[in-house]
Amino acid sequence: MKYEIQPTLPPPSSMIGVVGWLRKNLFDGPYNSVATIVVGYFLISFLVPTIQWIFIDSDWIGTSRDACTSGGACWVFIANRLDQFLYGFYPEAEHWRPQLAFIILIGSIIWLVLPQTPKKGLVATLLLVVYPVIAYFLLYGDLFGLPQVETHLWGGLTLTLVLAVVGIVASLPLGIVLALGRQSDMPIVKSVCVTFIEIWRGVPLITVLFMASVMLPLFFPEGMSFDKLLRALIGITLFQSAYMAEVIRGGLQAIPKGQYEAADALGLGYWQKMILIIMPQALKLMIPGIVNTFIALFKDTSLVLIIGLFDVLAIGQAANQDPDWIGYSTESYLFIALLFWVFCFSMSRYSQHLEKKLHTGHGNRA
Amino acid sequence: MSSDILQSGVKPDGGSTPQSKAPPVNKPKFWNDPKKRSLLFQVLLLAALGFVFYTIIQNTLTNLEQRGMTTGFDFLSREAGFGIAMSLIDYTEASSYGMTFIVGLLNTILIAVMGIFAATILGFILGVARLSDNWLIAKFSALYIEIFRNIPLLLQIFFWYYAVLRTLPTPRQSLEFFGSFINNRGLIMPAPVPEDGFGLVTIGFFAAIVASWFIARWSRKRQELTGQQFPVFLTSIGLIVGVPLLLFLFSGLPLGLDHPELKGFNFKGGITVIPELIALWLALSIYTASFIAETVRAGILAVSHGQTEAATALGMSKAKTLRLIVVPQAMRVVIPPLTSQYLNLTKNSSLATAIGYPDLVNVFAGTTLNQTGQAIEVIAMTMAVYLTLSLLTSFFMNWYNARIQLTER
Amino acid sequence: MKKTLISAAVLMVAMTGTAMAGTLETVKERDALQCGVTSGVPGFSVPDDKGNWKGLDVDVCRSVAAAVLGDATKVKFIPLNAKERFTALVSGEVDVLSRVTTWTQTRDTQLGINFAGVNYYDGQGFLVKKELGLTSVKDLDGATVCVQSGTTTELNMADYFRTHGISYTPVVFDTNDQAAQAFDSGRCDSFTTDLSQAAGLRTRMQDPSAVGALPEVISKEPLGPVVRQGDDTWFNIVKWSFNAMLNAEELGLTSANVDKMKAESSDPNVKRLLGLDGPKGKGLDLADDWAYQIVKQVGNYGEAYERNVGKDSPLGLDRGLNALWNQGGLQYAPPMR
Repeated sequence: MKYEIQPTLPPPSSMIGVVGWLRKNLFDGPYNSVATIVVGYFLISFLVPTIQWIFIDSDWIGTSRDACTSGGACWVFIANRLDQFLYGFYPEAEHWRPQLAFIILIGSIIWLVLPQTPKKGLVATLLLVVYPVIAYFLLYGDLFGLPQVETHLWGGLTLTLVLAVVGIVASLPLGIVLALGRQSDMPIVKSVCVTFIEIWRGVPLITVLFMASVMLPLFFPEGMSFDKLLRALIGITLFQSAYMAEVIRGGLQAIPKGQYEAADALGLGYWQKMILIIMPQALKLMIPGIVNTFIALFKDTSLVLIIGLFDVLAIGQAANQDPDWIGYSTESYLFIALLFWVFCFSMSRYSQHLEKKLHTGHGNRA
Repeated sequence: MSSDILQSGVKPDGGSTPQSKAPPVNKPKFWNDPKKRSLLFQVLLLAALGFVFYTIIQNTLTNLEQRGMTTGFDFLSREAGFGIAMSLIDYTEASSYGMTFIVGLLNTILIAVMGIFAATILGFILGVARLSDNWLIAKFSALYIEIFRNIPLLLQIFFWYYAVLRTLPTPRQSLEFFGSFINNRGLIMPAPVPEDGFGLVTIGFFAAIVASWFIARWSRKRQELTGQQFPVFLTSIGLIVGVPLLLFLFSGLPLGLDHPELKGFNFKGGITVIPELIALWLALSIYTASFIAETVRAGILAVSHGQTEAATALGMSKAKTLRLIVVPQAMRVVIPPLTSQYLNLTKNSSLATAIGYPDLVNVFAGTTLNQTGQAIEVIAMTMAVYLTLSLLTSFFMNWYNARIQLTER
Repeated sequence: MKKTLISAAVLMVAMTGTAMAGTLETVKERDALQCGVTSGVPGFSVPDDKGNWKGLDVDVCRSVAAAVLGDATKVKFIPLNAKERFTALVSGEVDVLSRVTTWTQTRDTQLGINFAGVNYYDGQGFLVKKELGLTSVKDLDGATVCVQSGTTTELNMADYFRTHGISYTPVVFDTNDQAAQAFDSGRCDSFTTDLSQAAGLRTRMQDPSAVGALPEVISKEPLGPVVRQGDDTWFNIVKWSFNAMLNAEELGLTSANVDKMKAESSDPNVKRLLGLDGPKGKGLDLADDWAYQIVKQVGNYGEAYERNVGKDSPLGLDRGLNALWNQGGLQYAPPMR
C-alpha cells in the first residue's frame, strides 16, 4: 500500500477566472445581483449618451458657432476662448510671463514630489521664499524692461493659481505663529491666538471677501488704497492662516511628549527646541494636511467672482453670456470642472500617498 | 509644557541651614527669568494689539466722519422699501431693514436644514456603498465621491442653476406630475390647507410620539429584567403613522389641497419652490454628501475587525451586527467630523448670493448693505450669526465627545 | 512674523501722518487717471475684445485725462460692481467714478461723494417679451421681475408696484448682465433697469427683436460722474471737463474742425473755450488749452453720444432728453467765461 498525496483538484470553474470574479463581486446572492443590474443599467443608460455627447457627436474645430452642427458638445467654444480661460485679459504679447511662472512652479513641485531627487529642502525653501518674488515681478512687471500689467487684467487660471498659491504660502508663517501661540503656556498669548483662529474659522469665506472688498478700505487712513486683488489676498490669507494653524497644531500634537521633554532636558531654549527638534519632525507629518487645506483653498478661490475678480469660473460665466455663443454653458462648466478636478484629484491622491508613507514614524499614538 | 526641572531642583546647599548669611546669589537678569520674560512678552503683545486696534478704529472713525457716513444700528428700524423673492414670514416692502435680517436668516436656516437632511441620507448611503462587497456599487460610489469632492461648490451651483434648471420649459409648457408643475420658475406643488378638525390629527401625532418614547423606556427596562425583546421600532412607526391617519380618516378628511392654477404669468396658489432654492439645495447636498460619505467610511473602518468577528461568533445576523455593534461604535468616530460638515454646509449656503437665493448674505449683506451703505454694522451682524452658529456647534461637539468618550482602564 | 506685522503697522501709521495730497497732484504724479467703470454695459463702458474701453461714461474719463494730462489715453479703467463702487471711490482706489450712477440725495449727502454733472438723463423702464402682448406695466400683476441689486432700480420698482397695488416677485442679481440673462432665458417675465442700459443689454440677447420695452418710464435717473467730497479743485475739474464737451457741441466745435476753428474763428465764446482768451486754465490748475485737448482728443458731447449710444451705434437711442437745451433736450451747460 503506497500512501500518496493526490494533487489538489483545481477549483470549480465557476469560482475562478472571469466568471468567478463576477460571481464573487457582482452576483453574490439575489440582493447583490439585483443591485448590480439596477446600478449597471443606470450607469450604462447615463454614460453612453454622455460619452457620445462629449466625444463622438462633438465639434472641435472652427471659429464660430456655425461649426457646431453635430448636436453634441461644442468644444469650438472652449477652443476659441482658451486664452481667456488661461490668462484672463492678460495682454497677448506677455503670455509667456504667466507661462514661465507656471512652469517654474510645476517644475519645483515635481522636483519635490519625486522620491529620488536631491536637495529637497533647498528647493522647498526657494519655492516658499524666492519664488513668490520672482513670480510677482514676472506677472506684474514694471522691472527690467518688462511692461507693467495691471492686476485687473489678470484672470482665468492664472489668477486662480495666484490666489491659491499666495494664500497658502502667505498663511504658512502666520499659521505657524498662531499654532505655537495656541500651544503656549502664556495665558494672554494663548487666548489671543484661540480667539483669532476661532473667529476666522467660524465665518464663511464670502463674508471675509466682502469685508476685504467693502470694509478694509475704511480701516486704513485716507490715501492708502490697495487694489482689489491685494485686498482679496489679504482676506484669503487671514482666513486661511486660521485653518493652517489647526493643521500645524495637529502636527505638533502628533510629536510624542518624549521629544519635547528630551529637548528640555538638553537645556535647549524654546526656539531652539522648536526649530531644531520639533518642527522638522512635525512638518513632515503636516504635509498631507497642508495639501488638503490647499485643495480646499484652491476650490474656494472661485468665490472671488462674487467680489468681481475674474478667476477661471468668472471667465466661464462671462463667456456664457456672450450672445454669439449662447446655449453652450454646459461645455464651459464641464471644461472648468475638469480643470479643477485634475488639479484637486491629483493633489488629493498625492496627499493620501503621503499619509500612507508617513504612517510609519510616530504612528502609534493612542 | 516645559517642566522646569532646574527650577524645582534641590537647594544648592542640600537644605542644611546655613550659619552665616551666604553672599547673595547673583540674581539672573530679569530677561533671563522665564516667568518675567513671558510676562513682559505678553504685555508687549497686548500693547501692540491694542495699538493696532486703536489705529484701525481711529482710521475708521475719521474716514466715516470725513465722508459724512452715519453709524449705529438706527437703520434697522427704517423702512426697507425693496421686495424679497421668498420669505417664510410676512414681509412687505414696508417692513424694516431689521426684518430683512430676519427673513434672510430664516432662509439661511431653511436651506441649511434641507441640505443637512439630504446630505446626511445621501452621504450615509454612499459611505456604506463604498464598502459594499458588490464591486460595481463600491466603484460607483467611489467615482461619485471623487468627482463631486474635487469640483468647486460654486461651479456646481452654477451648473444646476444655469445649465440644468434654466433649460426647463416656461410656465405655459410646464411638465406636470401628480398635480405638481415643474418649469423654469421652480416647482409648484399643491399646498395642504388644514380645515376644521385638523387640530385633532396634530394632537394625535404628538401623542403618538410621546407614547413611543414611553414604550421604548418600558421595553428597555423589561429587557434588562427579563431579557425579552419588544419590537419597539416597528411599534413606534406604527403609532406615529397610524394614529394620525386613523384620526384623519374618522374626522372626515379635514384637509383641503390648494391646487396651483395657471393664471396670467404664473401659477396662482400652491407652494412655489423657487429654482434658486432647488439649485442651491441640489448642489449643497451633492457636494457635502461626498464628504459625509468619506467620514462614514472612515468611521466604519475604525471599528476593529475583532468586533464584527466576535458578533459573528455570538451568532448575530449581519443586520444585527451592523445595528448593534458596528454603527454605534462607528458613530463615535463619525459624529465630530459630521458636525463640522454640517457647519461647512451652513457656511457654504452663503454662496446663495451668487445665484440670487435670498439668504442672509444675499438679502442683508447684499441689498441692505447697498441701500444703507452701513458696511461695518451689516457685515459684523452677518459674521456674528455664522460665528454664533459655529460656536454653538463646537460646544455641542465638545459636550458630545465628553459624553461618548470610551472609558478605558 | 508678528513683529514684522507690527512694525509694518507702525510704518503705515508713520507714513500716513501727512495729509492726503489733492487728487490732481496724485493724478499728475501717477501720470494716469484711475476711472471706475462698469464691468460691461454696452454703450456706457464696455471693453472690446482687445481690452480697449469704449462708451459714453468712458469718454467722460477720457476727457478728464485729456484736460489734466493732455492725453486722453492715459486712463486706467477699473471695473466695479454696483456694491463696491462708492467704497472704491471714497477709499481712493479710483479718482472718478463714471459708472451709470444715479444722482440721489442720500448718495450725495451721506456717502461722502459729490456728483459732478449729468452725462445722461435716463429713466427706468421694463423690458418684456413681445409675444406676451403686454401694453402697460399694470399688466405685470403677478409677474416675476429680474433686477440688479444695490441700485435705485430695485427701490423704484418696489415703490411703483406698491403705489399701484401690483403684486410681483423680484429676483435679485448681483450684476445687470446676470439679470438680463436670467430674463432672456425665461426665469422672469420682465426685466427692469434704466432704459439706456436696457437698450445695450438687449443687444446681447438671443433675439433682440423679440424684446420690447413697456411705455411707462417710472423714475428719473440722472446719471453722472462722481468724485470724492472734500477736494473742490478736483470736483471743478471733472465738472468743467464735462461742461466743455457740452459747450463745444453748442458752439459747433468737433474733433474734426477744432484746429481750423482755433486758427480762424473770431467767436469770443469759441476763443474762450479753446483757452485763447477768458479764464483759460486758471482756478482749475490746468494748462490753458485743457478744453481744446478734450475736443481734439475726445470730441464734443454730441460726437460721444452718437459714437456710443446714438442712431448709428448698436443701441440706436434717440437724443431725446439728452439733446441740447436749444434743441428740446435737458443738456444745458453753464457758460465758459
